Amino acid sequence: MAQNMTADAAHAHDEHHESPVVFGFWLYLMTDCIIFGTLFAVFAVLRDQFAGGPTGHEVFELSGVGIETAILLFSSITYGFGMIAAHENKVSTMRTWLGVTFLLGLGFLFMEIREFSHMIAEGNGPDRSAFLSAFFTLVGTHGLHVTCGLLWMAVLLFQTAGKTELNERMIGKLTCLSLFWHFLDIVWICVFTFVYLMSVI
Amino acid sequence: MLGKLTLSAIPYDVPILVGTFIGAAIAGLAVVGLITYYGKWGYLWREWLTSVDHKRIGVMYIVVALVALFRGFADAIMMRSQLALAYAGNPGYLPPHHYDQIFSAHGTIMIFFMAVAFMQGLMNIVVPLQIGARDVAFPFVNTLSFWMTTISFLLVNVSLFIGEFSQCGWLAYPPLSEQQFSPGVGVDYYIWAVQLSGVGTLLTGVNFFATIVKMRAPGMTYMRMPVFTWTIFCTTVLIMVAFPILTVAMGLLGLDRYLGMHFFTNDGGGNQMLYLSVIWGWGHPEVYILVLPAFGAFSEITQTFSRKPLFGYKTMVYATASIMVLSLVVWVHHFFTMGAGPNVNAFFGIMTMIIAVPTGVKIFNWLFTMYKGRIDFHATMYWVIGFMITFSIGGMTGVMLAIPASDFVLHNSLFVIAHFHNVIIGGVYFGYVAAMNFWFPKAFGFKLNEAWGKRAFWFWFVGFYVAFMPLYVLGFEGMTRRMNHYDNPEWHPWLLIAEVGAVLIACGIVCQLTQLYVSIRDRNLAENRDLTGDPWNARTLEWSTSSPPPFYNFAILPEVHELDAFAHDKEAGIDTRQAGGNYQPIHMPKNTACGFLIGAFSFVMGFGAIWYIWWLAAVGLIGVIATVIARSSDNDVDYYVPVSEVARIEQEHTHNLMAAQAAE
Repeated sequence: MAQNMTADAAHAHDEHHESPVVFGFWLYLMTDCIIFGTLFAVFAVLRDQFAGGPTGHEVFELSGVGIETAILLFSSITYGFGMIAAHENKVSTMRTWLGVTFLLGLGFLFMEIREFSHMIAEGNGPDRSAFLSAFFTLVGTHGLHVTCGLLWMAVLLFQTAGKTELNERMIGKLTCLSLFWHFLDIVWICVFTFVYLMSVI
Repeated sequence: MLGKLTLSAIPYDVPILVGTFIGAAIAGLAVVGLITYYGKWGYLWREWLTSVDHKRIGVMYIVVALVALFRGFADAIMMRSQLALAYAGNPGYLPPHHYDQIFSAHGTIMIFFMAVAFMQGLMNIVVPLQIGARDVAFPFVNTLSFWMTTISFLLVNVSLFIGEFSQCGWLAYPPLSEQQFSPGVGVDYYIWAVQLSGVGTLLTGVNFFATIVKMRAPGMTYMRMPVFTWTIFCTTVLIMVAFPILTVAMGLLGLDRYLGMHFFTNDGGGNQMLYLSVIWGWGHPEVYILVLPAFGAFSEITQTFSRKPLFGYKTMVYATASIMVLSLVVWVHHFFTMGAGPNVNAFFGIMTMIIAVPTGVKIFNWLFTMYKGRIDFHATMYWVIGFMITFSIGGMTGVMLAIPASDFVLHNSLFVIAHFHNVIIGGVYFGYVAAMNFWFPKAFGFKLNEAWGKRAFWFWFVGFYVAFMPLYVLGFEGMTRRMNHYDNPEWHPWLLIAEVGAVLIACGIVCQLTQLYVSIRDRNLAENRDLTGDPWNARTLEWSTSSPPPFYNFAILPEVHELDAFAHDKEAGIDTRQAGGNYQPIHMPKNTACGFLIGAFSFVMGFGAIWYIWWLAAVGLIGVIATVIARSSDNDVDYYVPVSEVARIEQEHTHNLMAAQAAE
């Protein structure tokens, strides 16, 4: 039956239109950007509401945050190397770079969780003051995005296992995750500047 | 094991709810029984529930919207009856605890599940056809959006029979909605229902923006897009800008309630006005998200039934775009009394008044379209004219409220209620009903009964004025909104009149149901069938294909040379509807159950989180993630329709078309 005839990769998009996947994902990222924008605005309103609790100067340890920043920025570079390999159809090289990116992302997440648990153990959890609520929510939302990105990366590594070449749909997925990963980097730079640095000066 | 859920959560001691439950159960069993009796479960599952066809998803959205309309209206008439009774010592029949849930549910349901769902249904049915596309950009995301909206509406209705709904009004202002003052599950039902349906609407926004940008027929430049498509285009931009803000508002309120944070609490440095600013940052664009598509529908209907092209197409487009931009800088007018100071209030007041300018441009464009046209007073046109009168009055009272000084007097009074029902019923609802009457033959292949349509209009039109004009008066007399009982003798007669209006509107709804019933019964009569695909002699591309359209919409994608492509073809004597072209295999998406499954798991997650049944919420979340991954790994998502199949369907349509032309 022709109904079961599956479109192969070469015909995977309509003849008259280029695939809208990357464009659509970019639109989604812009809506995500508004989520972060709103959270930054909330943080700006509540940043001085310490309610007798600690200030940012007292709870942030910049050296750890600096290492986190370096790890995340470096992971964007390694993902970029992965995309170069993907466009050259070097599947195993791409997978290696994605694996490195995954480990760096995991390292970032590990450091963030350690920072959070350290603060909560000292009684400076998100329920302590409005400032800390806003801090944990903004940084935690970014961390949640990184977690989703890592899960996504793991799925793509699994889906490309044993493949010798990448079809157009897979390149599309890798491109979307690439956009997502770099977007998280940009958000983190804003977090580092407006949350950490400006609270410490 | 079951969190907060105990047997006492079932309100079997409230007669109204027990009666509602029995009624809903009987209706539900009847529907299930009929489907089983006729053996239609397989058909329903394969052809509708798992469908990725935008036309079918659109129809399902509107079915959900109509169910929501009945639920929301039942709440409305209960409120009006309570206020007609609860005067001078009489407590009425609804205790405050129940009454507060009813007005909260009324607003939540009418906005999120009636209006938003109806709007998405219309854009699904019309936009891809109008731009000459075969489907939306992301058909799977489309079914996912639908299910997110539907399961959220289900959550709201579950709250009727298990637990309670929010008692904090439709926007759940803190600190009342905080754990300290609302320890029950009502606000949690509200948060999860709004949050999950918001995901669906946001995805619809992304999907249709991408569809309009990427999938227009060859030759359809932006300034050749039909006006309805233009208004949807602006609406999708507003959805993408505004709905993430709603997500944040619900998320922060949820964090306050679930994790004891201090965003909006009285203590710990929280700030309630921050919630107002965030929620209205979504809430004001939202009303334009709802009304812009209605403006688009009015434009299409007016030009079709005036037998003239739309007056001032370009000004209409620019007016729509101006409203889109201005709607983002007016939100503070919802809380002038906050005390932001005269400069801030003046800015937002002036911006609000400026919106009346592009809206006025639109009203004049419709009037000039009708001027010297050969107007066909079809039932659809009744709603348009009723809208122009009603909406203009609502707009003027809006400008009154935009003056900060007068807002200080009218804030939180029934004047505000009268104003926004004036624009939402007169603008949004009249528009959607007109659109439903207009595009119904396109979706189903037969027309809606006109006589019952006109009766419905007159009951709604008159009923609206009788129900809401007294509320303006009551606002001036100082009656505040959300009041359960009162002892002011001046108010009582006006509230009795408003009750009469609600009954008239109920008659209008009965007429609409009768209209549907009569139309379906008489669907095979020659005067009701739409064999040509163009029952109104209309101007845009959706009328150039058959009614209902084949699942691939267009056998050959249309070429567009100017605005109103189909009218242009008809004038030039080009009949694009004849079969026998050079067909190619058509690439189409396959139906999928993944949207349904993600919706079902989201429902489980939401229900678990509402009742603090954490293992159940985890099951739901893992189910959602697993379904997404399974969908991502599925490579069997599309197929080609062979040429022979296309030729057969087109042959059939040509046969019908020629029979219809011969009958003329």
